[in-house]
Amino acid sequence: MKLVLCQLYPEHLSIYADRGNVQVIRRRLEWRGLELEERPLRVGESLDPDAADLYLVGGGQDRDQMLVAEDLQRHRRALHTAVAGGAAVLAVCGGYQLAGHRYIGQDGSEMPGIGLLDLETRAGGTRLIGDIVCECDLGDGAGARTLVGFENHAGQTVLGAGCEPLARVISGHGNDGSSGYEGARAGSVLGTYVHGPLLPKNPWLADWLIERALERRYRHVELAPLDDRLELAAAGAAAQRRNA
Amino acid sequence: MLRLALAAARATAFASRATGRGGGTTLPGRVLTALAPDAPRRLAGRLPRGCVLVSATNGKTTTCGLLAEVLRGRVQLARNSAGANLASGIASALAVREAASAELGLFECDEAALPGLADQLAPGAIALGNLFRDQLDRYGELELVAARWRELVARLEPSTTLVVAADDPLTASIAEGHPSLVHYGIDDPSVALAAAPHASDTRFCVRCGHAYDYRAVYVGHLSDYACPHCGNARAPLDLAARAINLRGLDGTAFDLCRGDEHVRVELALPGLYNVENALAAAALAVVLGEPLKVIAEGLGRFRGAFGRFQRLRVGSSDLVLLLIKNPAGANEVLRILPPGDATLLFALNDRIADGRDVSWVWDVDWELVAPRLRHVVTAGTRAADAALRLKYAGVDASAIEVVPDVARALDRVADLAAGGTGYVLPTYTAMLELQGVAASRGLARPYWEEAAA
Repeated sequence: MKLVLCQLYPEHLSIYADRGNVQVIRRRLEWRGLELEERPLRVGESLDPDAADLYLVGGGQDRDQMLVAEDLQRHRRALHTAVAGGAAVLAVCGGYQLAGHRYIGQDGSEMPGIGLLDLETRAGGTRLIGDIVCECDLGDGAGARTLVGFENHAGQTVLGAGCEPLARVISGHGNDGSSGYEGARAGSVLGTYVHGPLLPKNPWLADWLIERALERRYRHVELAPLDDRLELAAAGAAAQRRNA
Repeated sequence: MLRLALAAARATAFASRATGRGGGTTLPGRVLTALAPDAPRRLAGRLPRGCVLVSATNGKTTTCGLLAEVLRGRVQLARNSAGANLASGIASALAVREAASAELGLFECDEAALPGLADQLAPGAIALGNLFRDQLDRYGELELVAARWRELVARLEPSTTLVVAADDPLTASIAEGHPSLVHYGIDDPSVALAAAPHASDTRFCVRCGHAYDYRAVYVGHLSDYACPHCGNARAPLDLAARAINLRGLDGTAFDLCRGDEHVRVELALPGLYNVENALAAAALAVVLGEPLKVIAEGLGRFRGAFGRFQRLRVGSSDLVLLLIKNPAGANEVLRILPPGDATLLFALNDRIADGRDVSWVWDVDWELVAPRLRHVVTAGTRAADAALRLKYAGVDASAIEVVPDVARALDRVADLAAGGTGYVLPTYTAMLELQGVAASRGLARPYWEEAAA
């Protein structure tokens, strides 16, 4: 089996070690004898909506994010087609904001997103920074699991009716610092402010994404378990620090 | 009031050391400015040759150490040599008794603190070095620092000389247009990287956003660059390093070139990033009127800034300590590890001075050394995250030991090195802890003494 991964604008949107998420996907496939094909999308290139099983969108510095936001508009329809065809998406930080309808700056200016998630973001007065611990139920029968990471965002994101929160905040700020929720999910499209990066300490979420992505072409997929003792120890340490 | 404030600050420094609570590198400055807010400005104004400031993401402490060595015995200095590089640290350095007889202030400044300090101290020269991503949770993004530096340059006295890292497109663009500029850079494509590493921060033209073409990439995005779209390119170098000979941990030799003049420098420090530091120090020394020969001798005498590059003997093993703080710096450290199997201690803390966000360790190219790592010990407040990073880089999980306590981790890596060499890579506060351990065992002097040496 092979997973085709498309990272959007890796040179522009990778400020918070988004490469780490790619590395986790790569290794967890490799350790199971599965193959990864990377097909990054760069500014000016075209996007085949049938090519990739999983899309990753990271965050960038403001300037870089503005540079790619315009290019991303060209792929709006292709990305909606890809999602309708079963592709999974993980959008983090700036990528999360771009996956929504729009980002409204402090001065009222609007940067359009691509509307994969029914949400919008407004620039807030203070940055929401720090360790974050959440509880996340993906509705896959595994129940609520602990999601840990680090958040650092000025944007405050409000969800519409077309998506549900990804997780409930136990400690930290989350989407807007007041709703008590973090991230958004619509089917296999995930958006979140949690980085650190996101996937290393939340290996169950990495595997969930890999399964959803592989199911696009291979119908039902069940991944073999891996030895995640280091991962879970790191997640446990992060959750404990926060509770201490 | 100034006299009283000074007396109080000096008493604080004395008490802080006498009670073993630290080196007194920031508290005296806080006392000083609490009692006399304009004291730093007035004390700096008394220095006959004024002040020189050094700022950059990487290399501030080493650059200042190199310059101090060049000026040793020639110019009496006031310095914040323990790396306390915020306003309080510099105020402390101005408050100590020795500063009263100093001729010149040489201060390394935190990037975010530089504009305020420059306003206060009216420096004759400022070295604007590399700008890399560093500790985003503290500073906000790189562009924010760049914007504050731009505002500073716009209001500087025309007579203040800017010594500029020409290899950094962002830094160079910040300084552009200032009337008094000295550009330094590396000019030896034979030591260039094959391609820009992942941790490059400024890959797109600072003017028009187009991807740069590189004649040579040296460290991260530090390069001989040109934009094929708008023509933005590296400035001609006033001071250049050529004919560079990298000898790993044994040091680096290069020709220091200024116009038709050149002199060979035998640097005891490893890696190309230290050539950048040596160039910054040399350029400031040139501005201060020192001849090239004196500069080369001084650079060659320098044996490494506190904790940046140091050797410790623990048990029967030799431990080489190399500070890492951010992806660009860490990648350079990994590049100078000698070939062959290696035993490593990675001590990762997430205190304020390290940056609370440790995601940057995923942007370090551990993959390049992972196949050679036979034993790895991880330590620090984020020991588990460090272990995870190395596992995903390709180190076998069974070869990784998580030992959060830094002192025990140091012993463990010495055991694992088994009489050979072990490499110890700590973040900033983990390095301070290691120095504390080393000092308490008599392996090294306390850091405030080390720094003053």
